[in-house]
This record gives sequence, structure tokens and C-alpha cells, in this order.
Amino acid sequence: MLHVTRKLEFAAAHFYHNPKLSAEENRRIFGKCNNPKGHGHNYVLEVTVEGEPDPETGMILDLNELKAILDREVMARMDHRHLNYEVPELAGKIPTCEEIATVIWNLLEPKIHRGRLEHIRLYESPDLFVDCARNGR
Amino acid sequence: MKLSLSRRYSFPASHRLFRSEWSDEENLRVFGKCANRHGHGHNYTLEVSVTGPVDKQTGMIANLADLDEYVRRNVIEAFDHANLNEEIAEFRDAVPTTENLCRVVFKRLAGFPHARLERIRIEETGKNSFEFLASREA
Repeated sequence: MLHVTRKLEFAAAHFYHNPKLSAEENRRIFGKCNNPKGHGHNYVLEVTVEGEPDPETGMILDLNELKAILDREVMARMDHRHLNYEVPELAGKIPTCEEIATVIWNLLEPKIHRGRLEHIRLYESPDLFVDCARNGR
Repeated sequence: MKLSLSRRYSFPASHRLFRSEWSDEENLRVFGKCANRHGHGHNYTLEVSVTGPVDKQTGMIANLADLDEYVRRNVIEAFDHANLNEEIAEFRDAVPTTENLCRVVFKRLAGFPHARLERIRIEETGKNSFEFLASREA
């Protein structure tokens, strides 16, 4: 089995606030991220697909096809958006790296038909990232 | 699907790779430049990965403030600007290679109370890195 990894970058705003908690609790748990005016990041996403290369093309999947899926599912939804207000899949959730990565995994997994989604890594900054790996890895 | 959270830290430290019971020639043969008597140093980059359920209230596997504080208190405070051979108790009898450093750091962080420590990865330089993984059965 081989892996192919495609990388993309999107910029988005967010803040952390749980309406079920008091203002003090929110400040204590989320710190600066609780600022209701929001802040933003350059998110970097690495998407890894596993498969056998097609003997005709030598490719696991056509990278243009993968790029089109990523553009549609991730870029169109999240790039230059406010994650608290504009991404329905995140509604009612705190838009942490963990939650965003989970949403992205669930969006991409059923859309990739050549090869299969094996791993995604979402960087919120170079020093903070979340990995989603297929079960059993 | 399995989720893990990783955070990167850095600390400069010095070390020397040698065994005191070996001759200078033996140390030079095995450890090369790293056996230089006066030691040398690196900017180590430490990557800490934890795993566990995402808390519904916070959307987090672990609060980064808790993780940062735990890593600071148990590793960074002791290792930052330190001589690993002389100032870190675990290296009194072990060569401070980055392999051993991964093990030592893993042990020091394994008790993190808010999530399960899954992996320690240390870059000794931009060109080499080492990983220590929690046993899969644990």
C-alpha cells in the first residue's frame, strides 16, 4: 500500500465560548480564546490517502480530483470564514482543532472513492496540531 | 477514526555522548564528534502527543494550558539551558542520546492526568528526529 498526501491552507476566525458555562468559567477554561471578538489562524491541512497505484496511470488517485474534493468540502466551507457562525457542521460545537479535524474527516471520508482516507493532520499553528487516523492505525 | 492532539515545545541543552568506563579511543570510535570532552548542544524540539475522548463541554482532548503547565513543570524547567549529562538525574548512568531522551521525557510526562500520553517525538536538529510510542496494548 502507498500513501499520497496533499496539503492545503485556509485562513479562518474563531473563538471559544460555551453558553452553558458562566462568563468566569469560560474565561478560566478558554483563556484568551474566549475573546468574543474572535481571532484567527492560518490552518494547514494534510490529507493522506492510501491505495495501490492504478496500473494504467501509476496513480492512487488523480490529484486534481482530490484537489477538487478538498476545494469543495474544505476550502469553500472554511477558507476566510468565521468558524463559529458560518460552518453549519460546527454549529453548537466549540471550534477547537479537535472538532474541526473531526468535521473535516467526516466530510472527506465518504467522498474519497479511489483509495481510502487514511490520515489527516490539521495544524492550527506550527506548534499545535491534531491527527485523525483511521481506526486500527 | 482516532484523534490525537500534539503540541511542540523547544529547549536548548548541552550533552556529551560517552561512557566513562570506555577509553577515549573507544568513545571516539563509537560516538565520533559527539564524544568531544567539553560537550556540545542542540536546540531540541519536543513534540508531545496525547489522545483521549473529546470533552463535550470544551471540545478538547486536553486543555492546552494544562498540558503546557505539565510539560513546563516536568520537563522544560529542568531541561532548558541544562547540561543533560550533569544536571538530569536519569542520565547519570545513561548516555544522553536522543533515543534515551525520548524515553526519559516519556516517563516524566506519562502521568499527565487529563489525557493519555501517546507519543514523544524529539528533533535533535532539523535533520534527525526520534519517537517513542506508548505501547499499543496500554
